[in-house]
Amino acid sequence: MSLLATTDSSLLERAPVLLRDWLSGLLPPPARWVADALIEIVAILAVFGTLFAFLTLAERKILGRVQNRPGPNRTGWFGLLQPFADGIKMLTKEDIVPRAADPVLHFLAPVALIAFSLLTFSVIPYGRDLLAVRMDASVLFFFAAGSATELSVFMAGWSSHNKYSLFAAMRALAQLISYELPLLLSVVPVVLAAGTLSTAGVVAAQSGWTWGFIPHWHVFTPWGAAGFAIFMVSALAESNRSPFDLPEAESELIAGHLTEYSGFKYALFFMAEYFGMCALSGMAVTLFLGGWQAPIPGLGLVPSYAWFALKLLALIAGFMWVRATLPRLRIDQLTRLAWKFLVPLALVNLGTAAFWSLTFPWAGPLQLLRWALALALVVGPFLLLGRRLSAGLGARTYRYA
Amino acid sequence: MLGTGLLQGLAVTARNLVGSFHDPKRFVTTQYPEERTKLPEAYRNFPFLVSESEDDLMGTLRCVACQICEKECPPQCIYIEKSKDKKPDANGKMQVYPAVFDIDTAVCMSCQICVEVCPFDAIKMDQVFEIAATDRFTGLLLARGALARPNSYYHALHPIDAAEVDDRLATARKAAAAKAAPKPAAAPPQPPVAPSAQGPAPKPAP
Repeated sequence: MSLLATTDSSLLERAPVLLRDWLSGLLPPPARWVADALIEIVAILAVFGTLFAFLTLAERKILGRVQNRPGPNRTGWFGLLQPFADGIKMLTKEDIVPRAADPVLHFLAPVALIAFSLLTFSVIPYGRDLLAVRMDASVLFFFAAGSATELSVFMAGWSSHNKYSLFAAMRALAQLISYELPLLLSVVPVVLAAGTLSTAGVVAAQSGWTWGFIPHWHVFTPWGAAGFAIFMVSALAESNRSPFDLPEAESELIAGHLTEYSGFKYALFFMAEYFGMCALSGMAVTLFLGGWQAPIPGLGLVPSYAWFALKLLALIAGFMWVRATLPRLRIDQLTRLAWKFLVPLALVNLGTAAFWSLTFPWAGPLQLLRWALALALVVGPFLLLGRRLSAGLGARTYRYA
Repeated sequence: MLGTGLLQGLAVTARNLVGSFHDPKRFVTTQYPEERTKLPEAYRNFPFLVSESEDDLMGTLRCVACQICEKECPPQCIYIEKSKDKKPDANGKMQVYPAVFDIDTAVCMSCQICVEVCPFDAIKMDQVFEIAATDRFTGLLLARGALARPNSYYHALHPIDAAEVDDRLATARKAAAAKAAPKPAAAPPQPPVAPSAQGPAPKPAP
């Protein structure tokens, strides 16, 4: 969150940074950088902790409405105090560690999980001036920290000394490693187009409008739309969300790697799942949806972090919508989707992005040709691979029923 | 094409999500303790004892402690002790009455067999389902006083059945009175009520 020389930004835009500078200004100069870092950490924890609390409520409300029931509405006004009631319940529960479990690893798994998922928040630009850690390879750092969470899931399964936990951990590894590939491959074109691995740079590359109203977001290019779709499907799998919630498939594996966890440790796992979802959505916003940029020009009064929050919440609502709709996949269907469909599509998409950036100078009628070719490169493989994927899977006929 | 099914599914859930806000036919949840749905007339859970009069519930119980229900009850949740003395029943005839009539609702399985076998229309099914108690041994064991309800209560619950029972009882009473009137001196002991049409009568008396 370093202060940039942004003269044109409104007071609301600069308010968080001004507040931080005022707070750290109360301290002697040598301690200021520590204070700055601490304030940023506290801000991220507070914002995303609160967001987590209310996302659990929103998810239950939305799922309820989709199933034509009201959802939690008893605790407080419209159930708004439900997250706090849940929190108190989780905190007061007994923390059970199985006798056969490895106590150190069993304790370490949720801690490591939450630590790694918090690390990913440090490189997402939440607004024009709101970025905790500025580094050149922040996209790489994000995915490095994100894939370390897989280690914690396996740690949890292994240390529990429970067959269901171990099964689930193996499944989780298979799933997470399978989907790491399309996730990363769908990001490569963005890096290619933006020419930078820094998240701030990627957002800056998406500024401006064509004809004054179409934003230069990556999602509005053929390769960007395909990449965004692949990214979101992989993000669903990476954050263990339905329909890819195999690691904790409650109907098959009790609660998967969470079986032997209770109380606050269980809450930490739950929190890490939501943090992972928020971080991946935030990354999707940054990489494809223009980050904190406004969708149309002339909205300078609205602070940039409001746009980021709006896009983030929209993506999370999409996650919930998908969860309310789709049933869980089988493990073979899951890996087949990754290796036979998403990975080839992402590789082809790399070529599409290369074509798109090579044909950047084309203008006039050639522009139309550029769009047609790029769209063909996106839609053609999708249709062909989709036909292969669903071959032999027609509508089921019951002859003897 | 791959994905069209997914989109159709998403459309279905979206329609339900939006519909639950404006379509009361979709959004059927009742906020239970505050709002209540009307129970269907055939709903039943635990039995109660019918009394003729509202003012004297214990004095006008239709039950004559014949103990048929106690013997028929599959989970054996009824316990009856006959009284030593007799007192006039609803028809004015001297009858034994239940000195103790207990139903353990923790055991009762709501099968309604006690109602089917009762020749006196003295036991009927209630619709009260909120009988939670803090002590399951005493709180759920309902004694005679807690089980007795006036006939008007039965009318409120099951108006059609209750009217039919009242008709039947009235005809039986009229027949008994007509029989008793011509030769009042040599009236043989008679059951107070004629065998009902619905249940197996113990023994039809002349």
